[in-house]
Amino acid sequence: MLPILELSGSLNMLGYGLATLGPALGVAWIFASVINGTARQPEARGAMMSTAWIGFAVVEALAIIGIALAFVLGA
Amino acid sequence: MSGLSSLLVPMEGEGDHSGWPPSAESFNSRPLFPELGPNFAWLNNHMAQAVIGALIVIGVWLWLARRHSVVPGKRQFFGEQAYNLVRNSVARDALGPDFRKYLPYLLALFSFILVNNLFGELFVFMFPTFSKIGYAYGLALCTFILYNAVGIKKWGFAHYMRKMTLPEGVPWPLWFLIIPLEFLSNFIVRPFTLALRLFANLFAGHLVVLVFVLGSTLLMSMSEPIGQFSVGLMKTAGAVGIVFSFAIFALELLIAFIQAYIFTVLTAQYVASSLAEDH
Repeated sequence: MLPILELSGSLNMLGYGLATLGPALGVAWIFASVINGTARQPEARGAMMSTAWIGFAVVEALAIIGIALAFVLGA
Repeated sequence: MSGLSSLLVPMEGEGDHSGWPPSAESFNSRPLFPELGPNFAWLNNHMAQAVIGALIVIGVWLWLARRHSVVPGKRQFFGEQAYNLVRNSVARDALGPDFRKYLPYLLALFSFILVNNLFGELFVFMFPTFSKIGYAYGLALCTFILYNAVGIKKWGFAHYMRKMTLPEGVPWPLWFLIIPLEFLSNFIVRPFTLALRLFANLFAGHLVVLVFVLGSTLLMSMSEPIGQFSVGLMKTAGAVGIVFSFAIFALELLIAFIQAYIFTVLTAQYVASSLAEDH
């Protein structure tokens, strides 16, 4: 078969794809809330953003642990 | 084809890796002076790229900081806008009134990451330095040392450790659960996610670029039909793929900026959290 049509690799990558769903929804929810909050009370934006960045880092850690495990366990 | 693709995207000469399919091996470094032997293999093209990035950052800021006048010209205006972006929306928002002490580090961090990320989309290098994880670990280590040193200097070691591992008002039976969790979160997960976020975004982005560009080049260089796929179909698909790769490049430009910004914002937040009065 032609090399470009050949699919090979590890099913871990599919698992990683599934694992990104949770963090994706989480990050979306965090920033949706910030947008909502800013629309309601624009002067509170700074305070909301600083909490949001910490929350974003914690939630995205899940996706990052996912990609690390997808590589580490990929052998 | 390998000649063309190595012109488009500098690939490594490690073994007989032909460049397709792109994989983690596409990210191998190439020693600058192979004749010096393995002792000087650390002197590779990606390290040179990082050093050049640092020189560019230093040079550009020196140039932008020269001969300021009351009525700014174009050069000074641009410099002030770039400086204000980091000062107002990163440092002052996160760190409050005493942000000025940390501003040089934050500004240097932001510009260094941005320049190195843009190396991935622009000609000459065509490789984002931070898609090599060692460089990302180095930066995260700098930030890790900074926020811990600042906290220890302000609070003293014992108080700082207590502050970072034990939130106020936790009843003592929960201490056995909270202290290890907070320690893990503040001292291990923080620096690792900081480095891995930068690395994973750039690694994945560059891999997508490689897939589009090299795959399209391979399709366009087909000269005989394969199975049910005619030559015209494959060449058309290759041309469409090359056009789409420009959209991917645009996305990568955006990601380069966003990742530099996030790394800087999180550094500022971590410093702020080790300085905060109540935790």
